[in-house]
Amino acid sequence: MGAAITALLLATAALSLVYTPRDPLKMSITGRLQGPSGPHPFGTDQYGRDVLSRVMRGTVTSIAVGVIAVGIGAALGMLIGILSGYAGGALDEGFMRLVDAIQGFPAILSALLFAAVFTPGIALSMVAIGIAFVPAFARLTRAGFLELREREFVVAARALGAPDRRLIARHILPNTLPPLIVQATTSFPVAILAEAGLAYLGLGTQPPNPSWGLMLREAQNFLSMNPWFAVFPGGAIALTVLGLNLLGDGLRDLLDPKAA
Amino acid sequence: MRGYIARRAAAFVVTLLVVSLLVFVVVRVLPGDPALIIIGPDGSPEAAARLREAMGLNRPIAVQYAEWLTGALRGDLGKSLQYDVPVGRLIVSRLPVTLPLAFMAATLMVVTALPLGLFAARHHRRVGDYLAMVVSQIGIAVPGFWAGLLLILLFSVHLGWVQSGGFAGWSTGLWPGIRSLLLPAVALGLFQAAVLVRATRSSVLDVLREDYVRTARAKGVSELSALAKHTLRNALIPIVTVAGLQLGQLVAGAIILESVFALPGLGRLALGAITARDLPVVQGVTLFVASSIVFINFAVDLLYVVLDPRIRYD
Repeated sequence: MGAAITALLLATAALSLVYTPRDPLKMSITGRLQGPSGPHPFGTDQYGRDVLSRVMRGTVTSIAVGVIAVGIGAALGMLIGILSGYAGGALDEGFMRLVDAIQGFPAILSALLFAAVFTPGIALSMVAIGIAFVPAFARLTRAGFLELREREFVVAARALGAPDRRLIARHILPNTLPPLIVQATTSFPVAILAEAGLAYLGLGTQPPNPSWGLMLREAQNFLSMNPWFAVFPGGAIALTVLGLNLLGDGLRDLLDPKAA
Repeated sequence: MRGYIARRAAAFVVTLLVVSLLVFVVVRVLPGDPALIIIGPDGSPEAAARLREAMGLNRPIAVQYAEWLTGALRGDLGKSLQYDVPVGRLIVSRLPVTLPLAFMAATLMVVTALPLGLFAARHHRRVGDYLAMVVSQIGIAVPGFWAGLLLILLFSVHLGWVQSGGFAGWSTGLWPGIRSLLLPAVALGLFQAAVLVRATRSSVLDVLREDYVRTARAKGVSELSALAKHTLRNALIPIVTVAGLQLGQLVAGAIILESVFALPGLGRLALGAITARDLPVVQGVTLFVASSIVFINFAVDLLYVVLDPRIRYD
C-alpha cells in the first residue's frame, strides 16, 4: 500500500510538470472560494485559482524539499559520524556535543533563526530541515563505525597497509549503509511535514508558488466560507506522509530486520 | 551513579555552550553586518554606524560573544528593538501561554499513548492491535496544524462551542485559560502521541517475551500486575527516550499551533520579531527554546538512573 501511494505521489509530481487541469497561478475574480464542482474538483482559493492544480504542483515542492533536506542531513550527518566514529577520542567527544546541541534545534527553530537574518524561502526551509536531520544520521554512522572499525576484516585490511581513506570508503562505510538508507526513507515524510509547517508559518515556500502548507495558511482565513479549501491540501499531506511511512516500514523490515 | 551523573552534567554544560555559540554565529556572524539587517535597505549609513556603536558590534567578535554569554547567564538577553524592554522580560511574559500549552499537550500525549501502546502489545496480532496501529499511523501522518484547523472547523465554525483562537488569560480564572488552550493541546498532544504508541507497543512486546514475565504469570500473578509491575517498568527506558524526543518536537510544534490558534506565546513573539527585524528577541527566544530542549534530553538521561539500577551501580 505504501509503495502504491508513493507511486501515485511520484506520478502526480511528474504529471504536474507537464499537465495540470488549470494553470495553478491563474486567478479569476469571479470564481473565488468555490466548493468542489465539475470544472474545479477541489474547488478554488481566495484568488479563484484551481485548488486541484495547486495541490498537484505542490507535490513537486514537497518532493524537492524532502529530497534535498534529507540529502543535506545525510551528507553532513555522515561526515560528522565518519570523523567521530573513526577517529574517536577528543574529536569524537567534541562532535557528539555538537550533535547534542544541534538536536536542540528542531527544523522550526532553525528556520526561525535563519529567517531573522536571511530571506525566508524554499532554500531556507531545505537547510533548516536538513540540519534537523544531522543528529540522527551522525549517530547512526558513528555507531556503525565504532562497531566495525575493530572487526577482523578491517584490522586485516589495515595490517595489509590500506590507508585510512580506503578503509573508510571500501571496508567500513558500505557496511553502515543499510540503517542509513532506512533512516533516509523514514526522514523523508518528516521533511514533508516540516516543509508544510514552515510554509504555513511563512518561513518556507513563498506566494504565489504552490505549497501544501502555504495553501493551508491561506485557507485558514476562509474556513467559514469554503472549508474544502483547507481539507484538500491537508489531506494531500496526510496521504503522502502515510504512504511514505508505510513504505519506510516495509524497507526497514527488508534492510534492517533487527530494528524492525 | 555519581560518576554517570557527573559525566552527563558536564556534557550538558558543554552542549549548552555549543547551543549558545550556534545561535550567536547564525545571528551575529553569518549575515556579515547585523546592523544592516536591522536597519533595512532604506537605512542611512550614519544610522547603521550609530546602531553598530550602540550594540557593540564594532568590538572583536570573541569579545561580543563573551559579553553576550555572560549577560545570558545572568538572564540579560539584551533589549528588544521593537518593544524597548528587556528580552528576558518579554520571554517570561509569554511563558504563561507556551508552558501550560506544552504541559497540557504532554499530559495528553502520555495518558493516550501508554494505555493504547500497552493495549496493542497485550492484543498482539489481534483486531485491537491492528486498530491501534492504524490509528497511530494516521496520527503520525496528520500534521498538527492541519488537525488544529480541522478542530477549529468542527468546534468553532460548525458547532460554535469555542472561539477559533485567542487566549483568555489566567486573570479571569483557571477554566477560561484552560479552555483557550484545550483545542491546541489536543491537536498537539494527540498527534504527537501516535509515535509514542508505537514505541510503547514495541518495547512492551519485547519485555512480554522475557522469561521473568512468563514465570510471573505461571506463579499466578494477575494480568494487571504482570503488565504494570513486571512489564511496563522494564519497558520504560525506550519509552522514556522516545517521550523525551517527542517533548522536544512538542515544544517546536507549539510554535506552529500558537499561530493556528492566535495564542500570544513564545512562537508568535519570535515570528513577530522576524517581521520587525528584532534580532535580540529572535536570538533570545531561540536560545531559550533550544536550551529547554537540551535540558529535556539531560533530564531523560538522569531518569535512566532511576529506571535502570544497572546504570546506578555501574
